[in-house]
Amino acid sequence: MRFLLDDEQREFARSLDKMLSAAEPTAAVRAWAAGDTGPGRALWARLAEAGVFALAVPEEHDGLGPLPVELAVAFGELGRHAVPGPLVETVAAAALLGRLGGPVAADRLPGIASGRTVASLCLLSPAAPYALDADCADAVFVVDGDALLLADAAGPVQPSSDPVRRLARPVGGAVLRRGPEVASAAAHAAEVAALAVAAQALGVGRALLAQTVAYVGGRRQFGVAVGSFQAVKHRLADTLTGLEFAEPLVHAAALALASDDPDAGRAVAAAKVAAGEASYAAARSALQLHGALGYTEELDLSLWIRKARALRTAWGTPAQCRARVLAR
Amino acid sequence: MDLDFTAAEDAFRAKARAWLAEHVPATPLPSLETADGFAAHREWERELHSDRWSVVSWPEEFGGRGASILTWLIFEEEYYAAGAPGRVSQNGINLLAPTLFEHGTDEQRARVLPSMASGEVIWAQAWSEPESGSDLASLRSTAERVDGGWRLSGQKTWSSRAAFADRAFGLFRSDREGLEAGKPHRGLTYLMFPLDADGVTVRPIGRIDGKPAFAELFLDDVFVPDEDVIGEPGQGWKVAMSTAGNERGLTLRSPGRFTAAADRLTELWRAQADPADTALRDRVADAVIGARAYRLFTYANASRIAAGGSIGTESSLNKVFWSDLDIALHETALDLLGPYGELADEADDAPAHGSWAEGYTFSLAGPIYAGTNEIQRDIIAERLLGLPKGRR
Repeated sequence: MRFLLDDEQREFARSLDKMLSAAEPTAAVRAWAAGDTGPGRALWARLAEAGVFALAVPEEHDGLGPLPVELAVAFGELGRHAVPGPLVETVAAAALLGRLGGPVAADRLPGIASGRTVASLCLLSPAAPYALDADCADAVFVVDGDALLLADAAGPVQPSSDPVRRLARPVGGAVLRRGPEVASAAAHAAEVAALAVAAQALGVGRALLAQTVAYVGGRRQFGVAVGSFQAVKHRLADTLTGLEFAEPLVHAAALALASDDPDAGRAVAAAKVAAGEASYAAARSALQLHGALGYTEELDLSLWIRKARALRTAWGTPAQCRARVLAR
Repeated sequence: MDLDFTAAEDAFRAKARAWLAEHVPATPLPSLETADGFAAHREWERELHSDRWSVVSWPEEFGGRGASILTWLIFEEEYYAAGAPGRVSQNGINLLAPTLFEHGTDEQRARVLPSMASGEVIWAQAWSEPESGSDLASLRSTAERVDGGWRLSGQKTWSSRAAFADRAFGLFRSDREGLEAGKPHRGLTYLMFPLDADGVTVRPIGRIDGKPAFAELFLDDVFVPDEDVIGEPGQGWKVAMSTAGNERGLTLRSPGRFTAAADRLTELWRAQADPADTALRDRVADAVIGARAYRLFTYANASRIAAGGSIGTESSLNKVFWSDLDIALHETALDLLGPYGELADEADDAPAHGSWAEGYTFSLAGPIYAGTNEIQRDIIAERLLGLPKGRR
């Protein structure tokens, strides 16, 4: 057993971190939220060049995957830098099409791998009526029972509490495939999506913690750095503890998906709960410890705070995931 | 990156499981914090030792199996999954022995370790003093140099297992200069001493449920020979810290305890809980997730150590996490048990032979001992996050 990322995986994370730090994605986030996806699409192309989307696409369709561990590594960095767009939905769609195979996979997957196709995905149910960024994605896939459809259009955008998440109901669509294999591929896609969200949430939490540690180290009140107060320290110590213990669950869930472990669904659910809670706790700490400044929209911190809230329920609410952990 | 065991590790697991299935008492032993329970647990240590299962991570020459950290973790998982008794020897095995392996002499190892491994000698720790708890380095008990050894005087307290144990180990001030110069970590000496020596008075203290789980030790001019000093005189703090890392880190609280308890909680929940009570279900799920996280975190640490790395301040993360998890897990079990949740472990009606009640009482001490969780959070904030030092 060597339950540690290997050198290549670490280097992959470092190179993405470096690329995204230089790209300053927060401007792309604000543009995307305002309806201008241009800067976000440029960033998307660079992520595709780095191989991020190919990780979810099988080799026979011009991909590198499926490589769930590397995917989790990548989504950690995407979360850390608050990258906009239907990232999770695109890799989940790739997982779904990859499982299905056939002409629809051959038709669509190379575009996803290369970054030409920004995809969204909705596994239609009363609990999941929306497709993220359906209004600006190139292809919106919908699974309705045992049918896979390609939506014709998107309904009006319902603003999310995370302004960069453009939620819309997919409208109409031609049936691409029908059969029991669609439902089982969709179940797999949901697990890949939940893993990606968990990894992304972990990255969001790490970014929130880092920004807050920096802030309380510099902010002075009563003649000392507020970060020297025990109430502040202990809150941040708990934030770090939550994130540190969520990370191995995310890695183990990725390994379970990589080996088609029959327990993968439970492992992913555990990772989603832990990472979602840790990330949300980091957001609450960040908000509280930045004081009134943290409650402003103009501070970029708000981009991460609001994302942590949305990711908590995206692709599996805490209660659904907890129930899954205990399911036989 | 993988979570795979080798064929040899799987074989070791199977062998441990088979032995435990054959030997673990069918009904739990009485609480090890009682005289009868202590004796029964000592006897269990002897049985473990007779087939070389009491100290699997020690070298073979001292009765162990030379197990790697990972193999030791496998043993612990099997041990607790089998419902085996708590380890009355754990202070010695987990705190003193690692110190002897690192800082002791060959003579000390040959003299101390075999009787520790067999349970013939049970060790208690003697760290805290009435005025020195979290601020351990301020301790005042003294070791005065005399011909051929040392004379110990002072008072120790919260000494776990000391009510029934045979010997103890701890820190004593052998030189006051450090204390007077505001550098209290200097001038401390690490010593071992018998609890039945002339001048030692042991006053058992009832823990919150009345069982004498710890004791006060009064030392009045107790003679200890030079051969019972571990490491160099005056270097005791450094010597002791190598065990403190052990206590808080991997060794004292192996994940097997929590994964086994979480599995039992899940069984209890399936058998007895109201399926409509989703609040309770969520707490059970959190216990399962927490135990799994702790196990995986430990595997990552074990991998890091196997790759030549070391675990330092990160052990404070461990300590905060497992101690909070342990309480939450047992609270959930007691809530689930409804009217039976309040029964003391010795009650005839107590579910699972009182193991939930005993486990709960035991868990309550977790955030307090081995450096309170407040101190651990300070360490995490200052050394891992780099926040400025402040008033405690």
